[in-house]
Amino acid sequence: MKTTNINFIGNRNIALIFSGVLSLISIISLATQGLHMGIDFTGGTLIEVGYQQPADLNVLRQKLDTEGFEDATVQNFGTAKDVLIRLKLQEGVSSADLSTKVLDVINKDVTEPASLRRVEFVGPQVGDDLAEDGFLALLYSSLAILAYIAWRFEWKFSLGAIIATFHDVIVTLGLFSILGLEFDLTVLAAVLALIGYSLNDTIVVYDRIREGFREFRDKSTEEIMNISVNVTLSRTIMTSLTVLLVLVSLFFLGGETIHNFSLVLLFGVFFGTYSSIFIASPAALMLGISPADLMIPVKDNSDIAHLP
Amino acid sequence: MQNHFSLWKNIGIILMFLISIIYSLPNLYGDDPSVQISHVVNKLTQAQASDIEATIKTTGAPIKAFEFKDGKVLARLTNDDDQMKVADLLRDKMGNDYTVALNLAPTTPAWLQSIGAQAMYLGLDLRGGVHFLLEVDMDAAVKQAEERYNDDLRLALRDAKIHYQAVTKDNGFIKITLKSADEKTELLALLSKDFRGLTVTEPEADEQIWLKMSDVDVREIKKNAVAQNMTTLRNRVNELGVAEPVIQQQGENRIMVQLPGVQDTSRAKEILGTTATLEYRLVDTEHDVQQAVSGHAPIGSRLYYEKNGNPILLDKRIIITGDQIVDSSSSSDDDGRPSVSISLNGIGASKMGKLTQVSIGKPMAVVFIEYKNETRIVNGEKVRHKEKVEKVISVATIQGVFSKRFQTTGLDSPQEARNLSLLLRAGALAAPVDIVEERTVGPSLGQDNIDKGMLSFIVGFALVVLFMAGYYKLFGLIANAALAFNVVIVVAILSMLQATLTLPGIAGIILTVGMSVDANVLIFERVKEELRNGNSPQASIFSGYDKAFGTILDSHFTNLVVAVVLFAFGTGSVKGFAVTLIIGILSSMFTAITGTRMIINWIYGDKRVEKLSI
Repeated sequence: MKTTNINFIGNRNIALIFSGVLSLISIISLATQGLHMGIDFTGGTLIEVGYQQPADLNVLRQKLDTEGFEDATVQNFGTAKDVLIRLKLQEGVSSADLSTKVLDVINKDVTEPASLRRVEFVGPQVGDDLAEDGFLALLYSSLAILAYIAWRFEWKFSLGAIIATFHDVIVTLGLFSILGLEFDLTVLAAVLALIGYSLNDTIVVYDRIREGFREFRDKSTEEIMNISVNVTLSRTIMTSLTVLLVLVSLFFLGGETIHNFSLVLLFGVFFGTYSSIFIASPAALMLGISPADLMIPVKDNSDIAHLP
Repeated sequence: MQNHFSLWKNIGIILMFLISIIYSLPNLYGDDPSVQISHVVNKLTQAQASDIEATIKTTGAPIKAFEFKDGKVLARLTNDDDQMKVADLLRDKMGNDYTVALNLAPTTPAWLQSIGAQAMYLGLDLRGGVHFLLEVDMDAAVKQAEERYNDDLRLALRDAKIHYQAVTKDNGFIKITLKSADEKTELLALLSKDFRGLTVTEPEADEQIWLKMSDVDVREIKKNAVAQNMTTLRNRVNELGVAEPVIQQQGENRIMVQLPGVQDTSRAKEILGTTATLEYRLVDTEHDVQQAVSGHAPIGSRLYYEKNGNPILLDKRIIITGDQIVDSSSSSDDDGRPSVSISLNGIGASKMGKLTQVSIGKPMAVVFIEYKNETRIVNGEKVRHKEKVEKVISVATIQGVFSKRFQTTGLDSPQEARNLSLLLRAGALAAPVDIVEERTVGPSLGQDNIDKGMLSFIVGFALVVLFMAGYYKLFGLIANAALAFNVVIVVAILSMLQATLTLPGIAGIILTVGMSVDANVLIFERVKEELRNGNSPQASIFSGYDKAFGTILDSHFTNLVVAVVLFAFGTGSVKGFAVTLIIGILSSMFTAITGTRMIINWIYGDKRVEKLSI
């Protein structure tokens, strides 16, 4: 791949409008529809059972209905032979016994009993705690990164990186909200991993801009940014492709349990790549970054290096 | 001389590679379905072991290996069905005092075991099993302690012959009202001698003393409640027969219990979740039960109901409680009815001895107390409700003086007697516990997860390898070698640390495969750039690595920060993801920078090079 010379920074408005619209749609969806929270955060019970033959969901629903589990949702999970039953927190029933009772109900009067594949029960307090821990993880990782980039680079870069990363997270969450996909603990882990990845990408570009600031004293900030984005372009795309390759493999072969996990990352890596090319640099530019912000420490370093 | 590693550096890298290979080897060997037999207290003898071997042989199941070590027996079998058959038979034959546990024994060769190499520790989502999170009810623990103080105070006052009017609980205070204020000094002396845990307040009323548990005391009580619960749970889990249980405190008031391989979750829940204790009380025969039923219970007595619904009045004072029981076993009494034999500790025995001496011929009742937990939704709010179920399970006339050992009858079935004795033997829980989280994974799903994880790993790895080789040619192949090296190191470190591998953990490894080539991409793109700028191949390699290094450090570090935060806040399978991510990021920096450089130096270093295959 030859070094490209695309005027990313000059045409930044196109990308900014595109991202602005996407973010707006995401935020509106998040505000009106919200996220479909999994039982990890809401509390409740989830039971996965397996059959040798494709299961008749209507029969199962009826059985659960007549036995007093009206609010149970029954759906296939991955294949027609796997069934997922979700229950909200129940009134008056000892929550820990619930799974046993449900299994008894659906196995009553059947020739082929369902085999229990998975039970997850999360109490309300634990759900709240997990949600709180998740939120704190997001907060602390953002703060730690903000501090690290501010220390290694400059606060405008730091803020720019956070803006680009938040863009990725919001758009990814927006997708989950629009599609009504379930948001659980593993998805949250994927969102955090996505933050790490998106930053990684952005920092490579910033690193190059910093280098450009030192190298080309006669060029404008805009020009230097454009050169930096262009020379790192092939790397940005190559790395994204290798990560996308493994994610595609995970998405299609990894099974239902980590389907949403890989979806977040697939989507997030795509947008992380996009944002580090189109958003991160304009963001820093609009925050008023200039070579002067990084000059002084550079001079100091070179002076020291040249001392006998 | 550019692009040359010293001999020591080469040897160091290769040595690290070899060590990693050795320590990741155990993962290639499978497991044997096996049965593990041990005695609850003692070690098994050689004779017992031979008996067990003979018993297993009667089932006709072929024994792959029979190991007798450290007083424990491990019988390796050839398939799961045999394992179940043998375990069922042994449980039947061996009785209560032996633990028969199903186990998957690794087939790691002895030479690997001898250097401490073990296979990775698989999480429950991969091997199947149950995970419980139990919450200890701290309020109940404190309340119980208050209750105990209340009883002990009355007893101490009586023993010290201090005349009191009342000892009452009120708003977290224990209020003592003396008959006259004259005895206050004596009381204070008694308190400072025997009840240091209580803070004394002297209100305006002269004859009163208010007591409150000190903060230190309350903290101590809470700490002990969790500690005692953990011990009790450990005992109960042992009774269940689980090969490698994990019981850990989590946070201030939660206990995590993981039972790999356990399938019968309802029994596990029954045993772990219920708090059961016994109380022995004298029956109040002097007052009318019917009056109590209509709402006028006499002072000093409380109304209870028997299992058949009959009301019964019992003395408010407890003779002994469950925590004074040291052992119990189920059997049948002379008439063949199910019964539980109970042994008491010193304090319990002396209390029981004193009481029975003066109470021969009087009826004594056994109250069985169970705490059941319910979560109810009231007005849209989730409210946890704890129901205390008390029932009188037996009323028997005290036939003679006894203290340390005695029998309780009046149980419905031998099964109930067994369960009760198990609960009693394992010790009553100091405070009620709630199951607040459960995650069960069946064995078929566990194997499924492993298979799917492996498949997506292999395919993902292959795709990346092909892509890198196609795009970067020889340099790509070198990066692929480093990638393979990276996976070996990750597996070796996971095996050495015995960190838990979960399905998201496998996803983490797969993700690091995709991400770890990033460092190489950065380097190779830099080398290409240097070449384009007209530098010589040797100089391009040198400055490519040199210039990319800072970028790699910065970009990987942010990734690492996120992974560490994830590790700190994550639980269970998410933690597993964070662990593999952290290890993967660190080792990929090593392999991608140092590993590839070594090979490139071998190929291109110290010679005239016209062109790089990149």
